[in-house]
Amino acid sequence: MDVIIIGLLLGGTYALMAVGLQLQYGVARIMNLASGETLVCGAFGAVWFFTAYKMSPLYALIGVVPAAFFANWAIYRFMMLPLVRRAKNQGQLEVDSILATFGLSFVAIGILLALFGGEFLAYSYLATPFSILGQPYALNRIVAFLGAAVVCVGLYIWLHHTRAGLTLRAVSVNPSAAGLVGINVASTSALAFALGGAVSASGGTLLSMFLNFDASLGVIFTLKALVIVIMGGVGDIRGAIVASFILGLTETAVATYLDPGLTLAAAYVLFIVILLVRPEGLFGRRSS
Amino acid sequence: MNLPAAIALSHREQIKLLAGVLIFGAAALLPFFNTTYWLSIGISIAMFTVLATSWALFSGPTNYIALSTAAFFGIGMYIVGGGLPYLPFPALVLVAALAGALFSAVVGLATLRISGVYFVIFTLGLAELVRQVVAWAQHVMGTSSGLYVLIGISDQAMYWLLLGLAALVFLVGWAIGRSRLGFALRIIGNDEVVAVHSGINTARAKVVLFVISSTFAAMTGALVAPRWSYVEPSIAFSPFLSFEVVIMALLGGVHRLWGPLVGVIPFTLLWEFISAKFPSQTTLLLGACFLLIVYFIPRGVVGLIEDFTRERGGAIRDLLKRWTGGHA
Amino acid sequence: MHRRTVLKGAGAAALAGPFGFRAARAQDATVKIGVIGPRTGVMASGAAVSHFPNFKLWEHEVNARGGLKMKSGQRKVELIEYDDRSQPGETIKAVERLAAQDKVDFIMPVYGTGYNLAAAPIYAKYGYPQVTQAAVTDQIDTLTQRYPGLFFVQGSTSAFAQSAANVLKKLKDEGKIGNKVAIVNVADAFGIELANAGRPIFQQAGFEIVYDKSYPLGTQDYSPVMKAAKAANPDAFVAWSYPPDTFGLAEQAKIEGLNVKAYYSAVAVAFPAFRAKFGNSIENVLGAGGIQDSPEIREYYRKHKEVTGVDADYWASPLYYTFLQILTQTFEAVGSFDREAIINHLKTHTFKTVVGDNTDIRKQRLARYWTVGQWQDGFFHAVSGVGFDNYKPVRLKTGWGT
Repeated sequence: MDVIIIGLLLGGTYALMAVGLQLQYGVARIMNLASGETLVCGAFGAVWFFTAYKMSPLYALIGVVPAAFFANWAIYRFMMLPLVRRAKNQGQLEVDSILATFGLSFVAIGILLALFGGEFLAYSYLATPFSILGQPYALNRIVAFLGAAVVCVGLYIWLHHTRAGLTLRAVSVNPSAAGLVGINVASTSALAFALGGAVSASGGTLLSMFLNFDASLGVIFTLKALVIVIMGGVGDIRGAIVASFILGLTETAVATYLDPGLTLAAAYVLFIVILLVRPEGLFGRRSS
Repeated sequence: MNLPAAIALSHREQIKLLAGVLIFGAAALLPFFNTTYWLSIGISIAMFTVLATSWALFSGPTNYIALSTAAFFGIGMYIVGGGLPYLPFPALVLVAALAGALFSAVVGLATLRISGVYFVIFTLGLAELVRQVVAWAQHVMGTSSGLYVLIGISDQAMYWLLLGLAALVFLVGWAIGRSRLGFALRIIGNDEVVAVHSGINTARAKVVLFVISSTFAAMTGALVAPRWSYVEPSIAFSPFLSFEVVIMALLGGVHRLWGPLVGVIPFTLLWEFISAKFPSQTTLLLGACFLLIVYFIPRGVVGLIEDFTRERGGAIRDLLKRWTGGHA
Repeated sequence: MHRRTVLKGAGAAALAGPFGFRAARAQDATVKIGVIGPRTGVMASGAAVSHFPNFKLWEHEVNARGGLKMKSGQRKVELIEYDDRSQPGETIKAVERLAAQDKVDFIMPVYGTGYNLAAAPIYAKYGYPQVTQAAVTDQIDTLTQRYPGLFFVQGSTSAFAQSAANVLKKLKDEGKIGNKVAIVNVADAFGIELANAGRPIFQQAGFEIVYDKSYPLGTQDYSPVMKAAKAANPDAFVAWSYPPDTFGLAEQAKIEGLNVKAYYSAVAVAFPAFRAKFGNSIENVLGAGGIQDSPEIREYYRKHKEVTGVDADYWASPLYYTFLQILTQTFEAVGSFDREAIINHLKTHTFKTVVGDNTDIRKQRLARYWTVGQWQDGFFHAVSGVGFDNYKPVRLKTGWGT
């Protein structure tokens, strides 16, 4: 029971890292290597807010979410769209977006460094035990889990039960066909990219309650998010969510029953095995 | 394979080969002019030339972007770090090559079904997996001290070793281009379905190339180990290395054997310039440079060179025609 | 400084083109000192606390008193800084750049064990003394023999493991704690070395190791580790940890209510951010480093904060400052930047520094240094070390407060 609860909490943490990237890659087709930096920006926003105003970092979300949304919209509109228009095929776009977002992640690190310095930024918030079935769990992790649940369920309902969501899914399945039926692919992609950025940044804000950040740490979150998105399958938000929880549960089970030294190894073994069995990920569509 | 035909070189190829020998010969003279700063940059360039060119041997024709350089580089480094008490350094470099070849053969065979972005991230995950397993194994089996590679190899020797390895990469790449394998690859690169229908064993071609490319990465890691002296997981398996290699190769151009080289040289120098001139904002400016390059040099340095020669090509051809009396 | 030389210098720098570097000002009267460290990458957060600020403080102090008193007169210092981005290849290139292109008068040590070792051959090639910082290794004997200009100030891996064991053994022998110890470590270089060095030492000291596992660098949830360690019912908890995990483990220990009477965690307990995050709940937590309280050291912390805006840590920071004090005295005693004479002076003299009146580095290593500290009343006091007679008594941990 213990293992399941810890695993679910960790899965929630991972979902916050990955769902944003899933939207950005799944719909807008941009393999955003600066996703981790977006997350770190959200975390730094929270740290700055908490130390400046001594108020709950959750209030920082009010500023972080719209800021990340507009920043990412602008990134898509002015930096990614020219690449999309220029690319002759998906492969070319992939190469270009990897190069461009890698550069972007460096720029983001440089800016964070100039603004906040290179030290660890950490604060303590809700680091108190919360008892479930007689066992203590960190309250801040539970709050982050609830945040992840709200984001995931909200996105799922929005994608599957609204017209705007349908548009997004249409672009995700086939951009050129979506264009033919009168969907504005560029603005839909920009919306998805912006939304994905907002989700990543809010994830950073929530995670900052219990993880420590420095300006160069983004790459760790990018790597994890990439693995989760690919494991879940590109283009279906359920994939990223399910993959997050599978990883959370596996890592916790391995740490508890086998050896904590092998948790990340087990996670990557699982990732590799899943890809070997299903080369398009858990929920992915087989490409032609 | 028809042996005499394989050995016989056309006039063009003789010139190319001669040019290659001259360029490498000239490069080998560097330590006689400068044994300090420029030599250390030369070592950097030689190392990335090996890594990026061998990376492109696989990724160029297949269009598969592999982020596994660090996995094999790290394996090579750890083999030298761990094996030094038992075997001499040159033998360990060969062991590293062998280990890299074997491991990449297994990986290559296993990943045949995976393509596109799934392959990209698969190789990234693979590198992280190897790092995790090695770190765990070092803890479980390790002795009380870390892994040190304290054999004095002079900077000159290090440079010549890496340069030699680079020459080997070019020779192998050139041989592949002339072989049936190279022919098959060109078809695969154009259209894999067509290749399969023409009876080409695409799977074998891909695995062979992946093995060649990974073996060179492992050998580079082994060679560089004495220069870095201290082997630890976060240095040996740095994911940044994989990205750096990919970026240098792509910025150069991957569809020509010399493409990565014209990426590595200008960008090592550019990055060195930024590091030296803007020490407090190095990372920011490196990022800005990447962006400028992506937007303004979309086809890589090779594209620039080709545009240039095409523009001037007509004039040169006219000149040649006049000079040779219209026979060129 | 004369106006004309400045102008001439600027002109020369412009003429030298993109790769002309800043060495072109050969006429300049200031002393040029090279500083290399990671601004970004895995090592950056530690360097931002211990590495860069101390050089800044030193530059400020030396220039405030008019510069270094050399034979040629008093000369101000100027730092030339490069970022190695936590990559050993870059570290090597940066040392070459400082030595061959910038032709600096002196090169400060780089940050971290692996990076100092990668750079050692280059320092040796040019004959620059290298007083390593943030470098802990068990190969001090081999390395100092190999490189006559190489010095260590932070001691050996086994000294750290040994001292931590000694502190706990004393508590055990006094009957204050039982003999069960849980040990965890981060699966990266220093953590692995400490764990493998510490295991036999703890066994010899009569401890029963009830839990002994590693966890990967970059673990994001320490609850399985902490739950298992707690379930083993230890009397003492030892973590050979790195900066991010030191924070994560302490937070989880607090949440799980791991109420051991002795809690030790290695790197970063001595960081100001550690106390800033956990406040009084980390009272009596043990960790690597520590410093003996004195008016001089309090003054150092005050100045460090005032000049650099950053709080110094309680392990590497004062040792950096110690080394810089040693260096200042050596430069002024030798009167020039003759590298051989500087090395020779270091090997034949003792110095008055912030950690003692007779600081001795003659055998290419600091003779006395602290290894274990404990947070007591807001200061990270040294409770064990190598070469000292008296240490502050160790207190028992009584819960994590609220």
